[in-house]
Amino acid sequence: MARVVVDVMPKPEILDPQGQAALGAAGRLGFTGITEIRQGKHFEIEVDDTVDDATLEKIAEGFLANPVIEQWTITRVDA
Amino acid sequence: MSARIGVITFPGTLDDGDAARAVRYAGGEAVPLWHADEDLREVDAVVVPGGFSYGDYLRAGVIARFAPVMTPVIEAARAGMPVLGICNGFQILCEAGLLPGAMIRNQGLHFICRDQWLRVENTDTAWTSRYETGAEILIPMKNIDGCYVAEQSTLDELEGEGHVVFRYVGGNPNGSRNDIAGIRSENGRVVGLMPHPEHAIDALTGPSDDGLGMFFSAVDALVKA
Repeated sequence: MARVVVDVMPKPEILDPQGQAALGAAGRLGFTGITEIRQGKHFEIEVDDTVDDATLEKIAEGFLANPVIEQWTITRVDA
Repeated sequence: MSARIGVITFPGTLDDGDAARAVRYAGGEAVPLWHADEDLREVDAVVVPGGFSYGDYLRAGVIARFAPVMTPVIEAARAGMPVLGICNGFQILCEAGLLPGAMIRNQGLHFICRDQWLRVENTDTAWTSRYETGAEILIPMKNIDGCYVAEQSTLDELEGEGHVVFRYVGGNPNGSRNDIAGIRSENGRVVGLMPHPEHAIDALTGPSDDGLGMFFSAVDALVKA
């Protein structure tokens, strides 16, 4: 068994209206010095030993993320 | 023989009833298709209607794209069967790779619900042959994930090939690149748009009957076929 973390973020060139709204709100709340907020998704996946890296890549690219608008990283947290 | 046009219902679909009614108004036979169906019941075309399939969980349209019914839809669409994706249906067709690009959250984050003017840019499709190029039509739109985006090279190709089918007029409501409201596939058989033609088929209940032309166009295409 292993835990795998997949982080999905909007591509840098894709507008992120939710991150922008959070950035604006942070300023209104009085938090200074924040220059950028981008909002993404964080998946924690428990897998057994039959799930190899190629399968994880397929899950991320074909399902958890949309390659048109998002990029992702896959991290095995413990083996 | 009337054209058999399938209308898919996923868990969370909202507009299947109106889409089926629009098919009947245009003289077609509306055939209900269920997300778990593995065959298309011999339909000649398919409408993927709007709503919030699977609660829009994960990403709008992505879970529906993997529903059993989509396997034969994708196969038939690639072989030339007319498919219309409306709103969530457009998102599903993009996720399925039948149309390029994707929809993200509206710029400004508002759920936008209003009657929207569109310009018909391309009439050389199975769903827009009844319109005149440049015609302006008024149909409702209602969504929060309606901002169309694609890589610059994809946008250039859509524009260069004339594959933009509908464009917002009177201001861009949601930040969509190039004011794009709807696009078509290479072969013109698959069309997707965010606003809802099926809600504009009768002046009694909609802002116009401008949406009916899409369903008449499909019936024309099928009767000729």
